[in-house]
Formats: sequence, structure tokens, C-alpha cells
Amino acid sequence: MTTVAVLVESRGGEATQPTHEAITLARTLGTPVAVWLGAAPDPAQNARLGIHGATEVRVVPAAEDARQPARAAAALAAATADADIVLMISTFVNKEIATRLALLTGAGVVVDAAGVELVDGHVETLQTVFAATWNVRTRIAAEKAIVAIRPNTTLASPAEETGAATTVVVDAELPEVPEVIASVEPVPAPEGVPLAEAPVVVSGGRGTNGDYTLVRELADLLGGAVGASRDATDEGWISHEHMVGQTGTTVTPALYVACGISGAVHHRGGMQASGTIVAVNIDPDAPIFEIADFGVVGDLGDVLPQAIAHIEKHRAG
Amino acid sequence: MEVAPASSAATLSRMRILVTVKFVPDLQSQRSFTDGAVTRTGDDGTMNELDENAVEAALQLKEAAGEGEVYALTVGGDDAVAAVRKALQLGVDHAIHVSDAGVAGSDVFGTAKVIAAAVRKVHEEDPLDLVITGMAALDGLTSMLPTALAAELGWSQLTLASGLTVEGGAASIVRHLPDAHETVSAPLPAVVSVTDEANTPRYPNFKLIMAARSKPVATWTLEDLGVDPSSVGAGAARTVVVDASPRPPRENRVTVTDTGEGGVALADFLIERGLA
Ligand SMILES: Cc1cc2nc3c(=O)[nH]c(=O)nc-3n(C[C@H](O)[C@H](O)[C@H](O)COP(=O)(O)OP(=O)(O)OC[C@H]3O[C@@H](n4cnc5c(N)ncnc54)[C@H](O)[C@@H]3O)c2cc1C
Ligand SMILES: Cc1cc2nc3c(=O)[nH]c(=O)nc-3n(C[C@H](O)[C@H](O)[C@H](O)COP(=O)(O)OP(=O)(O)OC[C@H]3O[C@@H](n4cnc5c(N)ncnc54)[C@H](O)[C@@H]3O)c2cc1C
Repeated sequence: MTTVAVLVESRGGEATQPTHEAITLARTLGTPVAVWLGAAPDPAQNARLGIHGATEVRVVPAAEDARQPARAAAALAAATADADIVLMISTFVNKEIATRLALLTGAGVVVDAAGVELVDGHVETLQTVFAATWNVRTRIAAEKAIVAIRPNTTLASPAEETGAATTVVVDAELPEVPEVIASVEPVPAPEGVPLAEAPVVVSGGRGTNGDYTLVRELADLLGGAVGASRDATDEGWISHEHMVGQTGTTVTPALYVACGISGAVHHRGGMQASGTIVAVNIDPDAPIFEIADFGVVGDLGDVLPQAIAHIEKHRAG
Repeated sequence: MEVAPASSAATLSRMRILVTVKFVPDLQSQRSFTDGAVTRTGDDGTMNELDENAVEAALQLKEAAGEGEVYALTVGGDDAVAAVRKALQLGVDHAIHVSDAGVAGSDVFGTAKVIAAAVRKVHEEDPLDLVITGMAALDGLTSMLPTALAAELGWSQLTLASGLTVEGGAASIVRHLPDAHETVSAPLPAVVSVTDEANTPRYPNFKLIMAARSKPVATWTLEDLGVDPSSVGAGAARTVVVDASPRPPRENRVTVTDTGEGGVALADFLIERGLA
């Protein structure tokens, strides 16, 4: 049976939703085991990982402060020696850990994957590339596979059989590295769902003129996160963490609402694979309309308040 | 024998940097695949936009030091020479094009091996302080190459720099991660990847464009680099594209013009789709 290790992503001591998605996905490939870098998690976390199908939780205490990719990769290598597949969430940091791990184990790596399957005993991945205008299927030819998967590409669901009864502590010797992290200044966690994981993203661009009140209101109403274009973050209207696009965060929510965003190719590269795309823009020729399932040509200052009021009225019955 | 202090000061003020630049299909063109590989032609290809930030970072460091050399290096087919030509127009001193049929089909690890061999060749003649790369190539977009290259060379790795300073034999960067802003430093030589926040790339001026025309481009093969062809290329790749197809365009797209009811129409659409 194939052993599939899933690197747990945690925030404030809790495994994130994409981790549970990845464990759900791992069940379709083999036997999932969760790997927790750092001190042992709360038993409640183990239980949740088990509900999604993790048969055990491997804890590497030595990796508590392993922010350097080479150290994290060494910890992960120690915990996944028996694994045929290692899954992780596609983030910039994990792409570096995946690279270092692959150099230790000889594995093939695919990052930003939207799906993973076993085909004739080979791991195959699905990716969307060129700003989500092409689908690519990649086969991992190496014996071991490392796949970094995008959030929101698998629906997390409980396993038929609950696992994670056992916690296994893994000893690991982490290498000395030349890089010294002189300071770490934590970014305050966003209120609500983080951008990359949100099922709904409402983004505002230059067309907001710096006022995010309506964008935020609609995002809150739909249970989503607030995104932004590069021009908006460059203006300092909203912090860089909110930037969607090729050089910002890539998002694949069920619903993406672009307000006052023209739809430059750099922006589209980070959101074009979203489920449903809605655009509000005053310019009928804005390129964003070419990829919008539903577009409203109009001023967001008029359209958004009316939409918000109408949804609230509908919900009130 | 003691090293004279004057000479160490001189080495410090002379910056030698190699910048990697990738030849990629223009973002605005109809990008496509042919037989599982990206279609790359001279007409629609260009230097990866994010590598302009790498070139800029290198030129600024050299200018601040007052002395030094900047090399631009690309690995790719015949057309890829356009990427280093662009770097020459921006003001780099030397251009290197590694071109060999054996490189085709390489994965990130194969590409890193080839680039590392070329870096070593330059470094052995006269030591480099830094290799600077872009944060991602806008076609493959894996952002894995800088890490793979640092590991391959056994040099320090300083990735995703939105700020970079070099002082006293060490480089220091600021990197903005979603959960934290880090300051990381490491001894030279180092591989640094810079983001598009690091600087604003310059435009080539007429004088440099003219001068670039007559500058030579060194063309190296795997043999020149002493790289065993069986260790790179499609044969050694750990990942293989087995299928590539254009995604069908979104169907039944609707655009309405707001004449007073646009918000209601938007709300109804979301409600109908079960999204509100
Ligand atoms: C190397 C590189 C990387 C980049 N990476 C990214 C990236 O990752 N993400 C990103 O977003 N950008 C990125 N960019 C920038 C990108 O090219 C665009 O410049 C940017 O996305 C434009 O932002 P915008 O749509 O908010 O602004 P604009 O293009 O100015 O569009 C504003 C839109 O708002 C509309 N509008 C104005 N007023 C109203 C109103 N009252 N109501 C409704 N609509 C209104 C206008 O019609 C217009 O279409 C990158 C650029 C480069 C060179
Ligand atoms: C659509 C697509 C998907 C791919 N997926 C994978 C995959 O999942 N796994 C895998 O192992 N390989 C993959 N590859 C192959 C991989 O992209 C190439 O080997 C590539 O040269 C290095 O990766 P990158 O383009 O993602 O570069 P990145 O790591 O995104 O690039 C970072 C920087 O490295 C430098 N650089 C990268 N390539 C070159 C070059 N050829 N010459 C000079 N400088 C360069 C540039 O400065 C660039 O800004 C993929 C290629 C494509 C086109």
C-alpha cells in the first residue's frame, strides 16, 4: 500500500483547512500519515487530522524553529523515509522545502498542482498554466513524488474510518545552515479566512480609489476574504498580503468578484482558475469582462451597495 | 604571509555578479504547448519580465561599488539568445548563452545543474560574489530554481528578497512572507532571488541598445561545461508532461450594463448559483 505523507500547515497551533483538504486527497492515493514539524500538537488537533483520515501523526520536535528550507526539509526527510508520496500546500516557503527535500531523496516535484491521481502505478498531477488558459498533466517519473497542492482544489471530508490514534515522535538531526534569520516580524493574522484558502474572494483595484468599505462589506457578507490588485497595494491602500496575481497570491476560490480591476494578465494569472468569476467595472472594454461569467458595466459605488442590500433582503426571506 | 588590508578592501569594493535570465513566451502572446513542451519562438519570446528586477539589482550593486562586472546567463534553445541580448541592452557587461540539444526537456533539477556548471566556470576564472535570479519564470512559475541552484552550488540561499544589501562579505535581505517579515543574512557567495518589489527596472537607452549590438555573446555547450548529457535533459527529468490542452473558454458569459438595476442583477446571479 502506498504511504502518503502530508506536511501539516498550522496557524496558532491549529492545522489549517488546506491541510485537511490534502489529507482528504491523500486518502484517494494510499494511506495518509500527517507530519507535524515542531512541538507535539494538542490532542484535539490529532483528532481532527484523524477524522480526515490521517492514520498517525508524526511529530518532529527538533524542527520547532526550522524556518530555513534546508532544515525543514531534513526534518521532513526523517519523518517520511517510508513515504512514496509527500503532499504539501503550495506556498512559496513549501516550494523551497519541496526542492530541498527532492535533492535529499531524488523525488520528482510538481508545485501549484490542482489535482493528483495514480495512473498505472505512476503519480500524475493536474496543473493549470499560462494564466489558467491551458491544462497540463504531468507524470512523475522518479520513484518518489512530492506534490505541492493548491488550496481549494479538494473538498475536505471525513474518512469512513477515523485514524490518528497514535503520535509518533521522530528524531531528526538538522543541518547547520549558512543563512541566519536576524529578525522575524510576525504579520498580524487576517481577520476571517486567509486569502489563499478562502472559498470566496472579493477584490478591489484602482477603481476603488482607496476605499475598501464596500469590497470588505461584500466579502464579509459572502464569508470571503478581501483581495487587491498590484496597483492598489502599490498605492498603499491595502497591505501587500492581499495582492492577487502572478507575483502575489494565487487563488482558486469557488467565487471571485473583481471590483474596479482592469484584468491585466499579471492579475489574471493569479485568479483565472477560480470557479465563478464576477466583475464590476465602469469600462465596458475592460479585459476582465473577457473571463467573467457575469459582468456588470457600472460604477462599483452604485452596484455594490445595491447587490449587498438585495442579498441581505433575500436572506431575510 | 599576511594579506594586505588594501587588497581585501579592493576585493570588497569590486562586485562580481551573475544574473540568470530566462527566455519565455511573451505574456501578451497566445502562449501554447507543442508536444508537451512550451512553444518558444523568437517572435513571441522575450526575457522573463521578473528577471529585469534581477538585472537591476545587480547593476545597482555594481554601480554602488564603483567597480565590477555583471554577467547575464541564459539556458535555452537558439532563440533564447534574445534574453541575454536584452540584458546587454540594460547594461550588463558580459553575456553567456548555454545552448545544447541535450538540455531540452530538463526539469528544475536538470536546469539547475546546467546553470550551476556555468556559474562555476565563471567563478573559477575570477570569483563571483553573487548570483541573482528573478523570483519566478513567468512560464514555468515554479520558483524552485533559485533554491535548487543554491543547493547545487553549495552556496548560501537568500530567496524572495524585496530588499538586498551587501556589506562586509555578507548579503542581507528582507523577505515578506504571508505570516512574517524576515531579515536574513548569509556569507558570500550567495544565490539571491529578488521580487518585483525590490526595485524599478530601468529602460534601455539608445546608446546602450547600439552598444549591445556589437557586444559578443559566449555560447557554451554541455561539453564546454563538463556536464554529462545523461544527467540532464528529458532523459534525466523526474517529471514529464504527458498531456497539454487549451482550457475551453468559459461558456454562457453574461455582461449587463447598469442602468439602475445592476446590483440587483448581480445579487440574483449569485443567489441563482447558490453563491450568496
Ligand atoms: C512583473 C509584473 C508583475 C505584476 N504582478 C501583478 C500581480 O501579481 N497582481 C496584480 O494585480 N498586478 C500585477 N502587476 C500589475 C498589472 O500589470 C496591472 O498594472 C494591475 O493589475 C492593474 O491594477 P488595477 O486593475 O487595479 O488598475 P487599472 O488597470 O488602472 O484598472 C482599474 C480599473 O478600474 C475601473 N474603474 C475605475 N473607476 C471605477 C468605478 N468607480 N467603478 C468600477 N470600476 C472602476 C477602470 O475602468 C479600470 O478598468 C504586475 C506588473 C508587472 C510588470
Ligand atoms: C508550464 C511548465 C511547468 C513546469 N513544471 C515543472 C515541474 O512541476 N517540476 C519541474 O521540475 N519542472 C517543471 N518545469 C520545468 C522548469 O520550468 C524548467 O526546468 C525551468 O528552466 C526552471 O523552472 P522555472 O521555469 O519554473 O523557473 P523558476 O524557478 O520559476 O525561475 C526563477 C528564476 O530562475 C531563473 N531561471 C529559470 N530557468 C532559467 C533558464 N532556463 N535560464 C536562465 N535562468 C533561468 C530566472 O532568473 C528565473 O526568474 C515546468 C516548465 C513549464 C514551462
